[in-house]
Amino acid sequence: MPLLHAPALHVHHVSVRFGEAEVLSDVSFDLDAGEFLAIVGPNGAGKSTLIKVALDLVTPLTGHAALFGEDAGRHPERVGYVPQLKTFDRTFPATVLELVVSGLRRSWPAWVRAAERDAARAALAQVGAEKLATRTLPKLSGGELQRAFLARALVRRPSLVLLDEPATGVDFLAEHDLYDLLERYQAVGGATVAMITHDLAAARYHASRVAVLNRRLHGFGTPDDVLCESCLKKAFGHLRHAHGIAV
Amino acid sequence: MTELWEVFQLPFMQRALLAGLLVALMSSVLGVFVVQRGLSFLGDGLAHAAFGGVALGLLLGVEQPLWVALLFTLVASLGIAWVRDRTQLSSDTAIGIFFAVSVALGVMFVSLETEYSVDAWNLLFGSILGIGREELLIIMGVTPLSLGLLGVLWGRLAYATFDAELAQTDGVRVRGLEYLLFALAAVIIVASVRVVGAILIAAYLVIPAASARLVSRSLSGMTLLSVVFGLVGTAAGLVLSFFLEVPSGSTIILTQAAVFVVAAVFARR
Repeated sequence: MPLLHAPALHVHHVSVRFGEAEVLSDVSFDLDAGEFLAIVGPNGAGKSTLIKVALDLVTPLTGHAALFGEDAGRHPERVGYVPQLKTFDRTFPATVLELVVSGLRRSWPAWVRAAERDAARAALAQVGAEKLATRTLPKLSGGELQRAFLARALVRRPSLVLLDEPATGVDFLAEHDLYDLLERYQAVGGATVAMITHDLAAARYHASRVAVLNRRLHGFGTPDDVLCESCLKKAFGHLRHAHGIAV
Repeated sequence: MTELWEVFQLPFMQRALLAGLLVALMSSVLGVFVVQRGLSFLGDGLAHAAFGGVALGLLLGVEQPLWVALLFTLVASLGIAWVRDRTQLSSDTAIGIFFAVSVALGVMFVSLETEYSVDAWNLLFGSILGIGREELLIIMGVTPLSLGLLGVLWGRLAYATFDAELAQTDGVRVRGLEYLLFALAAVIIVASVRVVGAILIAAYLVIPAASARLVSRSLSGMTLLSVVFGLVGTAAGLVLSFFLEVPSGSTIILTQAAVFVVAAVFARR
């Protein structure tokens, strides 16, 4: 049974090991419904692993994750996931419409029904990509592919949207368009967003909560509280480069 | 035309055509996942595992060595899937190991036989015109089962082929599907080796799907075209081989290769 007023994402003493390597160590936090969480940290900090624990793709050694009061993986229809785009086979023969319908059907469509087509076109329109419907995936640019995957995630109207470095490989404008789209989606339906990013300025500007991670959770709170020098220094080891950093 | 009609009045040609079309149907649908998952070497590896199995069956003196081949190939196929699942090794490496071991065992089993057996080596080259009633019945039994399974699982297999992780987040049991796909490949290949032979089954599994891939916009379109190319290549190759008096298995594959060349010319870039 879902708990009333349960957090959208509850991470409870989660530790993950891959062989000898400790990837996450005793990570705990609660993310309330309607929040926009940015997960920041250096490469290899366990950010993607944390998202995968929330998706029930990785089973933690200790601890657990729950979404809206129920075990992770129980209700995939409530979650929209945008994975790292660089992991995809860009040569796969598929149209954008089929990709979006796969998010609706949770299976790959051999053919697309009229109702599915309408829903997919509406989702594409929502992310400003209605013209991409009949295009094939190998023909898309990085920004177009990102919009297609976002439409795929949003077509089922999820209560929680999880994004793994969605801005990788896209230009500055496409990145900020993405954040605006997510904020609009949140404003309409009150959804929760959790996003991995390396862009600390974007985390400060768009997120309502920030998690600073480097195997351990070094900070969780509002951007003003968490994106401070001492907290970032603990996670990243050092902060200063000759050209400085913008936080 | 009359001559063609007369050719297909011959019982052995009727059996050859029916068996060839059924094998084309199964391998063309399966081939879509084989090609799209980058497992093109799988057909080669499992066909040679089938050779090892038949050689073992002959050594044991069983009445129908294909059943031993089925077990042997299933073990090899699931072994390849297990190595892929449990190690960081690539598919080609895993298949290559089982390929080499199966051939080595097959050669050893053949050498241990007291009488020289034509059948084990015959398997490598195929003999579609010599297919017997029992072998035809096996293919007729395997075809609806494998096509039914592929039909039911197509959406989930396609999803997992597109991206295993995404499919898993949506509740698709990716690992179980992978083992099932490998087991199905073993069954289809063992049922097919008598038709086109161990050497040619790999090409049979890859060429129609690869040709379809070149001219398709979607995976469902690729599946349909793969079936059409497989069926046309088989029927045309069989007829050509009869009139040209050349080996049927080779002619079928060469016909499919001609279709591939045409598809490559018209390929979407």
